[in-house]
Amino acid sequence: MIEQLQEKIRQAAQARAALRLRGGGTKDFYGNALRGEVLDTRAYAGIVAYEPTELVVTAKCGTALSELEATLSANQQMLPFEPPRFGAGATVGGCVAAGLSGPRRASAGALRDFVLGVKLIDGRGQVLNFGGQVMKNVAGYDVSRLIAGSLGTLGLIAEVSLKLAPAPAHGMTLVLEAPQARALELMNRWAGQPLPLSASAWHDGELSVRLSGSAAAVRAAATALGGESTDAGFWSGVREHTDAFFTGEEPLWRLSVPSTTPPLELEGRQLIEWNGALRWLKSGMPANAVREAARRVKGHATLFRAADKQVACFPPLEPVVERLHRQLKAAFDPAGIFNPGRMLAER
Amino acid sequence: MGSALPVVTALREFLPERAILHEEEDTRPYECDGLTAYRQLPMVVAMPETIEQVQRILKTCSSMKVPVVPRGAGTGLSGGALPPGDGVLLSMAKFMRVLRIDPLSRLAVVQPGVRNAVVSELAAPFGLYYAPDPSSQIACTIGGNVSENSGGVHCLKYGLTLHNVLGMRGFTIDGEPIELGSEALDSAGYDLLALAIGSEGMLMVVTEVTLKLLPKPQCARVIMASFDDVEKAGAAVADIIAAGLVPAGLEMMDRPATRAVEQFVSAGYDLEAAAILLCESDGTAEEVEDEIARMKAVLERAGATRMTVSRDEAERLRFWSGRKAAFPAVGRISPDYYCMDGTIPRKRLGEVLTFIAAMEKKYGLRCPNVFHAGDGNLHPLILFDANDPDQLHRTEQFAAEVLEKCVAVGGTITGEHGVGVEKINQMCVQFGAAELALFRAVKLAFDPHGLLNPGKAVPTLARCSEYGGMRVHGGKLAHPDLPRF
Repeated sequence: MIEQLQEKIRQAAQARAALRLRGGGTKDFYGNALRGEVLDTRAYAGIVAYEPTELVVTAKCGTALSELEATLSANQQMLPFEPPRFGAGATVGGCVAAGLSGPRRASAGALRDFVLGVKLIDGRGQVLNFGGQVMKNVAGYDVSRLIAGSLGTLGLIAEVSLKLAPAPAHGMTLVLEAPQARALELMNRWAGQPLPLSASAWHDGELSVRLSGSAAAVRAAATALGGESTDAGFWSGVREHTDAFFTGEEPLWRLSVPSTTPPLELEGRQLIEWNGALRWLKSGMPANAVREAARRVKGHATLFRAADKQVACFPPLEPVVERLHRQLKAAFDPAGIFNPGRMLAER
Repeated sequence: MGSALPVVTALREFLPERAILHEEEDTRPYECDGLTAYRQLPMVVAMPETIEQVQRILKTCSSMKVPVVPRGAGTGLSGGALPPGDGVLLSMAKFMRVLRIDPLSRLAVVQPGVRNAVVSELAAPFGLYYAPDPSSQIACTIGGNVSENSGGVHCLKYGLTLHNVLGMRGFTIDGEPIELGSEALDSAGYDLLALAIGSEGMLMVVTEVTLKLLPKPQCARVIMASFDDVEKAGAAVADIIAAGLVPAGLEMMDRPATRAVEQFVSAGYDLEAAAILLCESDGTAEEVEDEIARMKAVLERAGATRMTVSRDEAERLRFWSGRKAAFPAVGRISPDYYCMDGTIPRKRLGEVLTFIAAMEKKYGLRCPNVFHAGDGNLHPLILFDANDPDQLHRTEQFAAEVLEKCVAVGGTITGEHGVGVEKINQMCVQFGAAELALFRAVKLAFDPHGLLNPGKAVPTLARCSEYGGMRVHGGKLAHPDLPRF
């Protein structure tokens, strides 16, 4: 089966024909406009290896993310980075290629932190193995983490090995009233204390925090933080963008900024996550103005969802960094067939 | 080997005389790093004091096509800082400033020559610390840690250097400024920060690193558990994980290791046990109490014959002192020892231990074992006498067989010490020609003329085809007094 994928890639490389690598298509909206013939990865599916005592799972790219998470959950384990699915069809390969992490990111780490190894099909159709199934591995350059979040532009992620974590025994979500500046201060202050925090969010005067861990630790922290206990369902709305905040016609911007950045005075609505490090903005502001606001505070802005993508989704790179991107792209995909232009404009 | 004169002359245009070493008596101390079996006198040692000098050194060397090897404290164990005989050893030792500690943002901005332990010392007043704790942390520098993606005893819960670096600045070999990562949690484009960390100084020269600081756990306690059988101890490690526990540290030592250590530091280890496990819990007082009870129950079911829980911080540190002193202790019972660094899936621990025991018989050499059991990272220590050429030869064979066994069971040749020059042949075992070709393409994207730390970490295909009868060379540690992992 992997041979069929290799063969299609070889043919496309020979014809220099663009391929659009696609799992469930739940993240088609993400990145610049798509082109090329769809190479559907969903038939290459299944969990290759999972032994709970190793805290590692290896899955083929087409495996449904929901199926993988259900399997882990049955063993009281989880993907610690809480990836968004953005739809029922989300696959493991798409999840890793998109590189997105959910509410737990600020406390547990990002998707790339949990990637231990990949089996990649490069632009020549070769199957390459980087990293592995073990926790510590410094042999060779860390290519598997470079692949995470590369939007399928460097190769087809055929299989991936991910580090897991035990699911916390107990959880509690607290909500407090706080204006934005106060909420930012509290989130950052709490993140510097030994508290079992696993998520934080602010929107419209309400600060929500999630505590996860042993019953005793969660109880003790809840007493210390105060606020009202509320429904944990809030977090899936934030993770999956099904929360009411994410509705509406205006473009959705994702601003990744230092967590202590003061409130950004921008036109539109904002929802804050990750102790202040992630700011979602629903706004019709001109792209340049949003980008400039993010750049001024040493962050960057991504046009995450928009009906009309006239502007590049990702901010321009520094010239040295852009040159490295193009050279790496050429090394992995010499014919330039994988998802051309999805991340960087074609040249 | 080329003459030092043209390079020295070029460097003198902007470096003070004290920053250029080229007489043998001055360069001799730099001939090796922590792996002393490999020595090479550098043509020139440059010791810049400003960022601008670093940039000019790189511009000068790249325009003259002179190799450059960056070096931190020189505590590395794989020869990653082995100097170039025809180039410049770039010592970053003068860059010792902590530029900023921001307690609210929970980060520290440091220069690469800052010692690892200093970061946590300076963060302590704010209730914060820097998690990666390689055992050489009193001497090794952040620049070296970034190059090697260093670990420590707390990796399973808190990650490696990679997981605790937010960003870095530096220069490409051409002296172009480059900034990867930031104080935000992610950056646009490919994750070049992840690619550069652990790249063994081959992709860029780092001049500033932004480190993540974590809240210091309120308390920590460690269980010392004895087992009458090494495989039972290995199974207990799996049972701990299966029970949903992630210990802050989970270490294993076999009897030869505990006996060597106990003569050196009185850690209070059970010397009758075939193996001991050190299993640590940290967090709030409530979490630790709860977790220690659960860990004890699992260890008991797994057949622990004796368990002692540290009663206070002094006792906890005493239990750890033996583990941290394992390498120097072994250095006292044998003229030489060779430390391996393979990582394996935890479930194969018993099989690999049995294999190592068989190798001890086959080669007639003793091999005490210490492991970061929680992450499956093994540090078997082969004892030998380097003055006996046959013992040295047998040690090399022994080590090569063990590393190849690690690969065969689905593991890796190096968990945290790096490939350097030491394990470059085993890279041919771990990777195929296509992967190695891609590594070289990555290298060329950053360094088109292959001038930065040449000859390390990634073997040429020609070298791999030669490797067969040739085996990895044994190494002997410098700084035998330093605790190490």
